[in-house]
Amino acid sequence: MARKDSTFLGWPVLRQLATGDLLGRGASVTSRRTREVTPRTSTSDRVVQSVCPYCAVGCGQKVFVKDEKVVQIEGDPDSPVSRGRLCPKGAASEQLVNSPSRQTHVLYRPPGGTQWQRLDRDTAIDMIAERYLESRRNTWQELDSKGRRVRRTMGIASLGGATLDNEENYLMKKLYTASGAIQIENQARI
Amino acid sequence: MANADCVVIQGSNMAECHPVGFQWVSEAKARGARVIHIDPRFTRTSAIADTHVPVRAGTDVVLLGAIINHVLSNDLYFHDYVVAYTNAATLVNEDFVDTEDLDGVFSGYDPRTGTYDNASWAYEARADTDGEIQEPAGDDEPESRTRARAAGQELGSYGAPLEHARVVRDETLQHPRTVFQILKRHYRRYTPQMVRDVCGIPEEQFYEVARAITDNSGRERTTCFAYALGWTQHSLGAQFIRAAAILQLLMGNMGRPGGGIMALRGHASIQGSTDIPTLFNLLPGYLPMPVAGEHDTLEDYLSQIASPLQKGFWTESPAYTASLLKAWFGDAATPDNDFCFDYLPRLTGAHGTYQTTMAMLDGEVEGYFVVGQNPAVGSAHARMQRLALGHLKWLVVRDLQLIETATFWKDSPEIATGEVRTEDIQTEVFFLPAATHVEKSGTFTQTQRMLQWRHQAVRPPGEAQSELDFFYELGRRMRDKLAGSTDERDRPLLDLTWDYPQDEHGEVDGEAVLREINGSHLTGEKAGELLSSFTQMRADGSTSGGCWIYTGVFAGGVNRSANRVPRHEQDEVAAQWGWAWPMNRRILYNRASADPQGRPWSERKKYVWWDEEAGRWVGKDVPDFPVDRDPSFRPAPDDGGPAALAGDDPFIMQADGKGWLFAPKGMVDGPLPTHYEAQESPVDNPLYAQQRNPSRLIFPRKDNLWSPSGEEPGSDVYPYVFTTYRLTEHHTAGGMSRWLPYLSELQPEMFCEVSPELAQEVGLENGGWATIISARSAIEARVLVTDRVRPLTIAGRTLHQIGLPYHWGIGRDAVVEGDSANDLLGVVLDPNVHIQESKVASCDIRPGRRPRGEELLRLVSEYQSRAGTTAATAHERVDEVPPEMARRRAAAGAPGETGSTSATADTEGTG
Ligand code: SF4
Ligand code: SF4
Repeated sequence: MARKDSTFLGWPVLRQLATGDLLGRGASVTSRRTREVTPRTSTSDRVVQSVCPYCAVGCGQKVFVKDEKVVQIEGDPDSPVSRGRLCPKGAASEQLVNSPSRQTHVLYRPPGGTQWQRLDRDTAIDMIAERYLESRRNTWQELDSKGRRVRRTMGIASLGGATLDNEENYLMKKLYTASGAIQIENQARI
Repeated sequence: MANADCVVIQGSNMAECHPVGFQWVSEAKARGARVIHIDPRFTRTSAIADTHVPVRAGTDVVLLGAIINHVLSNDLYFHDYVVAYTNAATLVNEDFVDTEDLDGVFSGYDPRTGTYDNASWAYEARADTDGEIQEPAGDDEPESRTRARAAGQELGSYGAPLEHARVVRDETLQHPRTVFQILKRHYRRYTPQMVRDVCGIPEEQFYEVARAITDNSGRERTTCFAYALGWTQHSLGAQFIRAAAILQLLMGNMGRPGGGIMALRGHASIQGSTDIPTLFNLLPGYLPMPVAGEHDTLEDYLSQIASPLQKGFWTESPAYTASLLKAWFGDAATPDNDFCFDYLPRLTGAHGTYQTTMAMLDGEVEGYFVVGQNPAVGSAHARMQRLALGHLKWLVVRDLQLIETATFWKDSPEIATGEVRTEDIQTEVFFLPAATHVEKSGTFTQTQRMLQWRHQAVRPPGEAQSELDFFYELGRRMRDKLAGSTDERDRPLLDLTWDYPQDEHGEVDGEAVLREINGSHLTGEKAGELLSSFTQMRADGSTSGGCWIYTGVFAGGVNRSANRVPRHEQDEVAAQWGWAWPMNRRILYNRASADPQGRPWSERKKYVWWDEEAGRWVGKDVPDFPVDRDPSFRPAPDDGGPAALAGDDPFIMQADGKGWLFAPKGMVDGPLPTHYEAQESPVDNPLYAQQRNPSRLIFPRKDNLWSPSGEEPGSDVYPYVFTTYRLTEHHTAGGMSRWLPYLSELQPEMFCEVSPELAQEVGLENGGWATIISARSAIEARVLVTDRVRPLTIAGRTLHQIGLPYHWGIGRDAVVEGDSANDLLGVVLDPNVHIQESKVASCDIRPGRRPRGEELLRLVSEYQSRAGTTAATAHERVDEVPPEMARRRAAAGAPGETGSTSATADTEGTG
C-alpha cells in the first residue's frame, strides 16, 4: 500500500473504491504517519481503574501509566454508569494531572508580604499545627453567653470537600470536631 | 432513568452539566420516552427534549403547584398508591391554618424571629392514645433550634421525628382535615392562567406538560424528575424539591423503576460530603451535631432524633451514635461516660459558610482552611468573600493550582479599585499542593449514592500530598504538641483514635479509613470482624462504625466499593459495580414498586415483590424493607422502630412509614410548598401580600444591598432578571478547568446570553462587550445574542432574562480569566438548607466594558442611590399590603373567587 501512495493508484478516490471505504473515513484516508504511530494506551506499563473527578455522574476512567507517569486517561467501557464515555472535562483530566502550571511546591506569604516564598512542607505543616493550636487557645469558648457548655473554638473555619474522597472528609470532620472547630463547610451548601 | 416513560428535567441543564449521565435520558427517549425540559434558557438539554418550556426563574412552585391542582381536581392521581403509601388520608389537627387563609404565612409564624413553631402542623392524635404518648423532649421549644441545625439538610434522607405513629386516617380522603383535602385547598388558586401570568408559560404548553406527566404515570408507566442547582439555589429551594416530591407521590412515581426525583449533584463526591459531612450541622450518617441547651446529655440528644414509639429505622439511632463515638474515641468511650458524648463541641445557631464569612469580616475567625475550593470566585457575593480573607490571621489553601483564593492578596479586583493594598493585608497564607484523583486511592460517592473506589495510579509529584495524608499529619503533630497536657479541653484530641497504617512513602492507607467507617464488632466471638450491616450496630459499645449508612461497604472484609464486574456480565441494575448505600440498594423505598398486597403494580414495572411461598421480598434489587415482613402484617399499638412498620409502610425512614405529601415536621418554612417571589424580583407576588419567603435567612448589612422589587420605587433601575449557570467545559470556580489548555480553549471568555430583543433594546452587539450592574457590583462580559433566551410575557409585560456562566475569576495564574458572576450576587439563604439564592436576581445591562479602578465603585453606588436601596431594602420579613394594592386585588377577585375559576379552567384543559 505504501508504494501505491506515490502513483496515481494511490489517489484517494481510487483508494476509497479499492478498499470499499466508500465514505472515505477509514483506511483510504489513513496517512503514513497515522499508520506508524502507536497509541499511548498500547505501550503503557499498566492500566489503573479510576473515576472522573469532576461532576457527580461518576464516569469510569482507565488511567494509563508509563514510567510512573500518567500518559493517558480514557473512559472505562466496563462501567455501567458511563459505558466508556467521558465528556470534555473527563477527557481533559490527563491535563489536570500533567498541567505545566500545576504547583508542586509549598508556598508561603508572610503578613504584609508582596511575594510568595518557598517553604519546605515539613516546616509548613508544623507552622500550621502551631497556628491551629494557638488560635484554638485564643478563641476557646467553654461556655456560651447563656452559661451553657459548648467547649469549642469559633476561631477556626474550613471550606471544602466536594471533590475530596469520603475517607478524606471523614478524617477532616473527625479532627476538626475533636479539636472543637465547628465552622466546617463544603460545596454541598453552595 | 433509562426505564422512565417520561423524563421531566427542571432546574438543570443535564446535557451540558452531566453530559455522560444524559445518555440515559437519550436512552429512555430511544425507548420511546417523552422528554421535557423546563428552564429559562434553551440549551443542549432542550435540543434533545421533545419540548422546551421557557420559565421565569424562581417560579417553579407555581408551575408544579398548578400541575398538582390539575391532578387533584381532575382525579388523575394514582389512587391506590396515594391511599396506601402516602399520608394523604392522615388527618392534621385543628389548629393548622394555611397560607391561603393567612395571606402568605402558615400558622405558628413569629414575625420577630422569622421562624415557625410547627406545633400546629402536627397530625391529629388518636384520642385513645392521648396522655400516654411519649413526647420527644424539647418539642415545645421554638423552631429556631431546628433552623440552626439547617434542619432540611439534616433531614435530607430521612423523615423528621414524630411522637408516635398513632395517627387518624380517613381512607375515603373526604374529611376536610385530611392531608388530601388540605392539599386540594392549598393549590386551588394555582391555575393554568396563573402559570401563564407568573411563569410566562402559555396555557397550551402547560396542558402539554401536565398531560405528559399524567399519561405516563400509574401502574404501567412511570415519570422521572431530574433537578440540579436550578432548584436548590433559591430562597425557597428546598420547597421546590418538596413540590416535585408531592407530585411524584400523587402520581405513584416514588420507589419504582423509571420514577423518582434525581438530584443531579455537581461534584465528584458532593453526595459523599453530605453523607460524611464537612458541614457544620451534621455528623456522619445524617446524625445532627449537638446543640447547646438541647442536647446537653446523650439522652437528650437521642430522644430528639427519634421517639422510640415512631416507626422505622431512625429509632435505632442510639446504636448508630454509640458506634460513631466508639470509632472516634476508642477505649475512652464507655457506656458510663456516654461514649464521650461530652467531647463533641456544641452549636448555638447557624454556623454556615456565609455566617462564617461575615464573622471573618468582624474579626472573629483567625484561621481558615480552604481545601479544593475557590470561594474568591465560586461563592455568592464573591467580593465579600475576598474582603473577608483579608481579615484572617492565617489561611491555608490546598489545591492543584494557584487559584484566586490563594492569590487574593495580590490579584483581587479590590486591589485594582484601590479598596485594599497588598502591604496592608496581614493574612499569613500557606499554599500547599494537593494530589489529583489518580495520585491517591479512595472513594467518591456519585449522584445515585454509589461509592466507587479509585485505585492509585502514580505517586503525587514533588511536595504534593493528599488531604488524607495532610490531615493525618496535621492531627499527629497537634497531638504530639499537646502530649502530656492535663487541660481537660485537650482530652478529645488526645483520646482520638488517630493511628492509621502508612506505606513506605508515608501515605495513609485509605482502606484502613474505609474499614473504620464501615465499623466492626469490638467484643464477643466476632470481635475484630467487620460489620456487614448497620442492623448489627449496638448501643452498648460493642460495635464501632464511623458512618452507619456506609456499613456494609466492607462486609466480609471485602472492599465492595472496588467491585468492578463489567456491565456486560451483569443485569441492568449492575449491583456488582461499586456499592450503593444503604446496603447496596439502587432504588430507595423500593417496597413501593409493589402494591399493598406485595404484587408488582404491573409486569412492565416489576422490581421488588413478595414471594408468598418463600415468605420473603425478592426482586431485581436489595429490598428496602424488612425482608420477611408479610404485606398483611400489622404492628401492635405499642410497637416502635422497625417492628412497627406495617407490611404496607414502604417509606421506612419516615416516622409513620408513609410518603409525606404534607410535612408535619422537618421543613422550617412550611408544611407545603407555596409560592414566594425571589429576594429580588421585578414582579409582585400575585398570591399574597407576602412577597418573599418569610422564613428566608436575611443579613441586613450595608455590604449586602438589594434592588427594590415589583412595584416598589426604584425597581426599574435594575429591570432585568439574571440567572447563573455552568458550562460543560468548566468546573465550578474554574480551579480544575481554567488552568487546563484544552478546556480553556473550548470556553475562553466570560460571556452573557441575551435575546435579540434585549440586545436591540439596549444596543448590545454580538461579540461586543456589556457591563452588568447589580446592587452589589458590576462586571463585564462578552455579549452572545441568541434565541436561546426568549423574552417572556409576565402579566402582560415583557420581561428579559440574562444568562451568566460563573466560572471565571480575576487572577494572574489561570490560562483564562474574566469577571466573576458571583460578584453580582448578594447573600440570602434558604432557611432549610442555608443555600444561597444564586439562580435569580435583578440587574441592569449596558453596552461597553466596565470602568476600571475607583470608577467602578462610583458606577455601582450611582445605581444604588438612584434605586434608593438601603440595608433595609428587601430585608423586611413580613410584608403588609399597601392599601392601594389591596384595593386592586379586591377588584380582581378575592382568593376564593379565583379558586372557582380555576376549576372551570381545569375542566376545559382536560376536555
Ligand atoms: S469533546 Fe470534542 S472530540 Fe469529544 S465528542 Fe465533543 S466535540 Fe468530539
Ligand atoms: S466525564 Fe464528564 S460527565 Fe463523566 S463524571 Fe466526568 S465530568 Fe461528569
